[in-house]
Amino acid sequence: MIGASTEYDVLVAGGGNAALCAAISARRAGASVLVVEAAPRFYRGGNTRHTRNMRCAHDAATETLSGPYFEDEFFDDLLRVTGGNTDEDLARMMIAESKRMLTWIAEQGVRFQPSLGGTLSLGRTNSFFLGGGRAMLNALYRTAESLGVEVVYDAEVVGLDIEGPQFRSARVRHAGRETAVRARTFVAASGGFEANIEWLKEGWGEIADNFLIRGTPYNRGTVLKMLINSGVRHIGDPTQCHAVAIDARAPKFDGGIITRLDCVVFGIVVNKHAERFYDEGEDVWPKRYAIWGRLVAAQPDQIAYIVFDASSLELFMPSLFPPVQASTLGELAGKLGIEATALERTVAAFNDAVRPGHFDHTSLDDCRTEGIEPQKSHWARRIEQAPFYAYPVRPGITFTYLGVKVDRRARMVMEDGRPADNMFAAGEIMAGNVLGQGYAAGIGMTIGSVFGRIAGREAAALVSSTCPSSEAA
Amino acid sequence: MNIHAPFEPAHATASLAEADRLMTVCNSCRYCEGLCAVFPAMEMRRAFSDGDLNYLANLCHSCGACFHDCQFSPPHEFDVNVPKTLAIVRNDSYRAYVWPRAFSGLFHRNGLAISLIAAVSVAVFVAGFAAWHDPSVLFDAHTGPGAFYKLMPHDVMALLFGAAFAYAIVALAMGVRNFWKDIGEPLATLGEPASLWQAIKDACSLRHLDGGGVGCMNEDEAPTDRRRLYHHMTFYGFMLCFAATSTATLYHYVLGMEAPYPVYDLPVVLGTIGGIGLLVGPAGLLHAKWRRDPVLKDGSRTGMDVAFLAMLFLTSLTGLLLLVLRATPAMGLLLALHLGVVFSLFVTMPYGKFVHGIYRFLALVRYAREKRQIGGA
Ligand SMILES: Cc1cc2nc3c(=O)[nH]c(=O)nc-3n(C[C@H](O)[C@H](O)[C@H](O)COP(=O)(O)OP(=O)(O)OC[C@H]3O[C@@H](n4cnc5c(N)ncnc54)[C@H](O)[C@@H]3O)c2cc1C
Ligand code: HEM
Ligand code: SF4
Ligand code: SF4
Repeated sequence: MIGASTEYDVLVAGGGNAALCAAISARRAGASVLVVEAAPRFYRGGNTRHTRNMRCAHDAATETLSGPYFEDEFFDDLLRVTGGNTDEDLARMMIAESKRMLTWIAEQGVRFQPSLGGTLSLGRTNSFFLGGGRAMLNALYRTAESLGVEVVYDAEVVGLDIEGPQFRSARVRHAGRETAVRARTFVAASGGFEANIEWLKEGWGEIADNFLIRGTPYNRGTVLKMLINSGVRHIGDPTQCHAVAIDARAPKFDGGIITRLDCVVFGIVVNKHAERFYDEGEDVWPKRYAIWGRLVAAQPDQIAYIVFDASSLELFMPSLFPPVQASTLGELAGKLGIEATALERTVAAFNDAVRPGHFDHTSLDDCRTEGIEPQKSHWARRIEQAPFYAYPVRPGITFTYLGVKVDRRARMVMEDGRPADNMFAAGEIMAGNVLGQGYAAGIGMTIGSVFGRIAGREAAALVSSTCPSSEAA
Repeated sequence: MNIHAPFEPAHATASLAEADRLMTVCNSCRYCEGLCAVFPAMEMRRAFSDGDLNYLANLCHSCGACFHDCQFSPPHEFDVNVPKTLAIVRNDSYRAYVWPRAFSGLFHRNGLAISLIAAVSVAVFVAGFAAWHDPSVLFDAHTGPGAFYKLMPHDVMALLFGAAFAYAIVALAMGVRNFWKDIGEPLATLGEPASLWQAIKDACSLRHLDGGGVGCMNEDEAPTDRRRLYHHMTFYGFMLCFAATSTATLYHYVLGMEAPYPVYDLPVVLGTIGGIGLLVGPAGLLHAKWRRDPVLKDGSRTGMDVAFLAMLFLTSLTGLLLLVLRATPAMGLLLALHLGVVFSLFVTMPYGKFVHGIYRFLALVRYAREKRQIGGA
């Protein structure tokens, strides 16, 4: 299926949002495009399959967005979540471009809907995909294929022939053989390396064995590593990743959104010695969601338990796996495999420290503890009403930050600071340029769409300027 | 780790247990919320009883969208296949609500049962005509007002079909009662004009048979399915045929005008337009069924679906042939054929796919009530 004889205008590695946006925009600009996706057809689209929304600036409310979200506010949010760890120039450019993305994405057949039940807080800023990320991908693939983009599945890029700042060809493993695919330009849109446990271990040590990977098993960072080894400048902390606490019963890979748990703020979180280790009520959940992966990773055996009682059971989104349930704390501890007396002691100490207050889970209420370490600053209520419940949690890795450096045209930047001749990057593989740390819901898709579209456009432009004979379709 | 899912609520069947599992998965995901009524209705609950699941199953229109949009559909290990599971539960529910209970076996091999009933009923009409009269009347040409009634007196025909229809209504009503009780909806909802009106609009437009706006998915993830169009033809065709019969009855008893009516007269016009819809519609639906991705199908109940489609198609075909050939010697046999088919369509209504319309409509009534109550638009 992959012909070694053809030279494509644009070769896109990857099959998610970034890859498809690049492929579509390059094709619309007249280039011949081949997309090589490592995953089989069903798993096409990496972590994009698991997404539900994207964050784009807009100056007015729309049918599906409850109010305006101006560029400045978007930039402020980005500054806040990254702690300033962003390239301001690129970030502002991306945010300005994001305004056009809503219509552009819709023009590719993707449909939006108002925010989903349980996510009202995002109703103004984030556009939700009708039917979720896989529906979005299906629309992009349909559009790409109808435009004449060639897509090959089960086709992993396993080698890159790069000379200095110039891409020559890629070795693609497909149908049991490796083929050298030549192309005038290359777009790397193959995601991060979060599914590569060995690589994660370089940053985290052996404990990475106990991490669960929330998304695709195919994002192993093969292309990223080859690019860095070929002299492309890297950016972003190689040891960091976005990690949340997810249900420990989730599969090793690809459990997706549904393994998350939103109930930390309603109870206490203990490790396998039944000890608390962090303020569960420090701030509203969306702001603390992403620290718990790291917190749990620091606990023995990378396991922890969210413990709560009957009064909280229905205050949060229903979970995929039912909570472990018992009529006494001792029995609960037994079911969790932790020491009963220790759990009883921890809960008793916590209960004693709870001060009276007015519980209100919709605001930073005044229910807190006193005289206990760590304290619980809000929503602290005694855990006393049987039955008692617990969720076991482990670190769930969403994505990694290490990537390749790009410029405003999504062109890769070489170690020596010069732009690459014909290599572009989009999506998670370059997210670190704007997202040095932290995360704001929906920004992963924004990065992929904006830079994907630019990468495709620029690649096509490069081809038509350097090679006038390559006619436009 | 010694952590097990603690207790599985008991369900009557394995399919209901599977539906419970899926709804629990979906409730923690909700990505499909905007596709149809099933997901918003699911989100109003945290646990799913058999009644809830039967309600959700009958709310599902089998558009297929949530299968192709789901990141967890097979081969993913979560194995989420909502359209198929709800199709099985829905088809099971038809049998569970049947009245009288003793006839639930008719759903067992429904295609066979319906064909037998149809064949017997046609045979009885042919034999009856022949026995009542000189067999030659079957093959004579009869024309002019009252021509049909030379073969069968109008009152006998009206009585027979009135009785069959009344029986169907009673049996269907008992099924409705069983369904309503099972899903646990108060009787009062059936008297709420707002809920009824909303449900009528949703049913008549098949609002939820469109994959959330792009169209249904049938053979693959491309939303190119035309089932809504074919269903409209079938549904409105059926309604027009029904209207044709009703007008004819009025003509007969109120105006004293006897069939056959001239081709430009209302019963014939309605019947012809309806009949064409009832030919094209079921044919289109059958074609779509053929092409449908097996992964979405119940699989074990194709006979029921095909039997219903065939009955509708034959009703229309024999009716239209009767119209065209009514002045020829073929009329006698065709009349027997048509009456036999229509008779069996009536008596088997409560025992076949026809009930889907009733339960779906009722589910929409309840959904309209629920949605209004939680303040949805
Ligand atoms: C559970 C979950 C939920 C999320 N929800 C959201 C959300 O709602 N909004 C949001 O903005 N972000 C969300 N994210 C983050 C988002 O998924 C990513 O930011 C986004 O998918 C990145 O897009 P991408 O195209 O760069 O990479 P991906 O979508 O991951 O695509 C990478 C592709 O590259 C392919 N590939 C990898 N290596 C190779 C190779 N060597 N050769 C060929 N192909 C290769 C992979 O198979 C894959 O298809 C979520 C992430 C997870 C895990
Ligand atoms: C009252 C409201 C009705 C609703 C909401 C409704 C809805 C639906 C839906 C969603 C389907 C597709 C899914 C499936 O196969 O089950 C369907 C199929 C079908 N309906 Fe209806 N229907 C209604 C009434 C009717 C009536 C009155 C008729 C004709 C007498 C009819 C004939 C059919 C046929 C022939 C099929 C195709 C069966 C198949 O392919 O297996 N429907 N209906
Ligand atoms: S069908 Fe799949 S994507 Fe849709 S709500 Fe259920 S689990 Fe989520
Ligand atoms: S098949 Fe269509 S109607 Fe049925 S639950 Fe899925 S999206 Fe809703």
